[in-house]
Amino acid sequence: MSSTSNANAFRQSRGDRQGNMMPGSNRQSPMRNRSYGGNGQSGSRKLQQPQQVKKIATGLGWFSIGLGVAELIAPDRVARLVGVKPTSTTRTMLRMAGARELAAGIGILSNEQPTGWVWSRVAGDALDISMIGAAMNKDGTDRSRLNTAAVAVIGVTALDILAGKGLSSQSSQANGSRAGGIHVKRSITIMRPREDVYSFWHDFQNLPQFMKHLESVTSLGDGRTHWKAKAPAGTSVEWDAEVTADQPNELIAWHSLGNSDVNNSGMVRFTQAPGARGTEVHVDLRYNPPGGALGALFAKMFGEEPGGQIADDLRRFKQVMELGEIMKSDASIVEGPHPAQPLSSRELRSAQDMQGGQNIQSMRSGA
Amino acid sequence: MRATCWMGKKKVEVRNVPDPQILNQRDAIVRITSTAICGSDLHLYNGFVPSMESGDVLGHEFMGEVMEVGRGVKNLKVGDRVVVPFPIACGLCGACRAEAYSLCENSNPNAYMAEKLWGHSPAGIFGYSHMLGGFAGGQAEFARVPFADVGPIKIENGFSDEQVLFLSDIFPTGYMGAEMCGIKQGDVIAVWGAGPVGQFAIASAYLLGAERVIAIDRYDYRLNLARENTGAETINYEQVDSVVDTLNEMTGGRGPDHCIDAVGLEAHAHGMQFAYDRAKQAMMLESDRPITLREAAMSCKNGGTISVIGVYGGFVDKFPMGAIMNRSLTIKTGQCHVQRYMRPLLQHIEKGDIDPSFVISHTMRLEDAAKGYEMFVNKSDNCEKVVLKA
Repeated sequence: MSSTSNANAFRQSRGDRQGNMMPGSNRQSPMRNRSYGGNGQSGSRKLQQPQQVKKIATGLGWFSIGLGVAELIAPDRVARLVGVKPTSTTRTMLRMAGARELAAGIGILSNEQPTGWVWSRVAGDALDISMIGAAMNKDGTDRSRLNTAAVAVIGVTALDILAGKGLSSQSSQANGSRAGGIHVKRSITIMRPREDVYSFWHDFQNLPQFMKHLESVTSLGDGRTHWKAKAPAGTSVEWDAEVTADQPNELIAWHSLGNSDVNNSGMVRFTQAPGARGTEVHVDLRYNPPGGALGALFAKMFGEEPGGQIADDLRRFKQVMELGEIMKSDASIVEGPHPAQPLSSRELRSAQDMQGGQNIQSMRSGA
Repeated sequence: MRATCWMGKKKVEVRNVPDPQILNQRDAIVRITSTAICGSDLHLYNGFVPSMESGDVLGHEFMGEVMEVGRGVKNLKVGDRVVVPFPIACGLCGACRAEAYSLCENSNPNAYMAEKLWGHSPAGIFGYSHMLGGFAGGQAEFARVPFADVGPIKIENGFSDEQVLFLSDIFPTGYMGAEMCGIKQGDVIAVWGAGPVGQFAIASAYLLGAERVIAIDRYDYRLNLARENTGAETINYEQVDSVVDTLNEMTGGRGPDHCIDAVGLEAHAHGMQFAYDRAKQAMMLESDRPITLREAAMSCKNGGTISVIGVYGGFVDKFPMGAIMNRSLTIKTGQCHVQRYMRPLLQHIEKGDIDPSFVISHTMRLEDAAKGYEMFVNKSDNCEKVVLKA
């Protein structure tokens, strides 16, 4: 398929979706052309460029780790440096601050979206400033050193706020929704003809086979479907959806209807991979998770990124298409940590119940 | 069943774990007759590979008898004797169709973990961390073998386990290391590391037509093995001032035509360089010690190849990219695509070109696996290769 017809297909689908999309998401114009990086983010930005913000955040992350290590290992020297008399109380407080700094540093450096962790630094700064204020009135403090420390902390606070604001504005831009919704794009290449991949996806009832959080999709007729998905803490969410665009072997788009638990819309495009490598599947999802912006931010801080979830779902989709089943390992079929050792029959039964009880026949020796 | 479990850094125990069962249609269950400890298992043992969990069953070099097959396996039957390749590969994805089996796109259920560290994920591997799949390994009485219709090779003649077991990893790995050099008549090949993989790289370099092979190690017993078995020349790097100078001296100032790194991330050296890297590693400022890579990059002949089959995990420091770029060096590397090499290498064994059992220094019971790890890591009693009998 040429990129021109591809673009046309896309424009058409966007047209179809106009007026039906969830609030706030019509600001987006994703993938107008096939150049990536920076498009849509340039223009009138008040804050720094994304790269700069990321750099500042990374710098702050390392600063946190350096300071945290110093406070943990040598609290007395840190105390003397800022002009406080080293006592067992200052030692404990500095060590606690050190642990906090380390956590923030690791959080910032290990997360692609460190927004929450940067804001946690701002909270820490406030704590530090109040501690310095309290120390001013204590005996045995070196005022001039303490003043220098206060100026330094205030400076760092300013930097933290700057980075936090920059990151927050970026993530709300990327999410395409002022309400803090989530926008995820992921792709995978599948060694199967476009027709096969399209028609498997086209039957939405197949989706729970590889989409881990999806329990069921049932047809309501009329291009409308009812979706049920697992939500945190053993709850579930349900919604109705309708297809908004359907171009055989090229594109399917849908969105949720009315007052859904989770307002969402999705689009999947199928293109031929170059060099006889099968089909490229490009998925584009938007949704407002339960708990709104706060829920999404919380999930991100602790690493459960929706993008990662979709990437895993797509990998399972590839397995279903290429292998006819989902690849399992000893550790991967259990929820939560499990050593890479065979499961007991009881563990295996409960794991299979959770996955819809796929029954594998086999030929035992002597059977 | 009894299985060798990783219980933390430098702690291995043979424990009771549940018997494996068929989980996917193309699985087989194999009753293991022989298995081996690999040099790369020592990276797990020493705690250099992330995403290990206490209780993980170790082992990726094993062979045995088919006990049970899933309904998708048509080419094997109960009772067949098989050697199992260490990378798990589906045979159907783009990578497998290109015979890049260790890059199988479908065999790592924990691909997301590998993607975090490496960008994309390679294939799953038996008993080699959760980021490479979380598969129980083969240093055990039984193992579940996924994609049994693609991986395992049937052994139908009267070879002993010891003669064919190393088709599972170290013979093909050494062979691929030599093959990646694109050896031509008259070439001089330098091989860092005369452990088991290094021995097979040396032997394979000769098989592929190298004129001379120079082995570099610090253990005389390993260098002796290389000299006696293949006629390689040797350098004990603890007995020379500079490996690079010595290689230049031995090659008329050209440097070796191609270099093979059969050492990987825990390389040793004498002097400041080792202290520097070990300190950085301890402070977690680099994860891997690239000592071999540096020496290879500085000594390789202009236009030559650095073939990396030693295992690396993360990041290296002070990597001489300038030497590599300006002197037109090529780096080739990869976990071995074992499935590609098993058949042709079995033919070499059948023809009598090589008897892979020459690397074995110790044969023990599976129950003694912990002792085997300890001996191998400490190089005690001239330990070269440990085979465990289940």
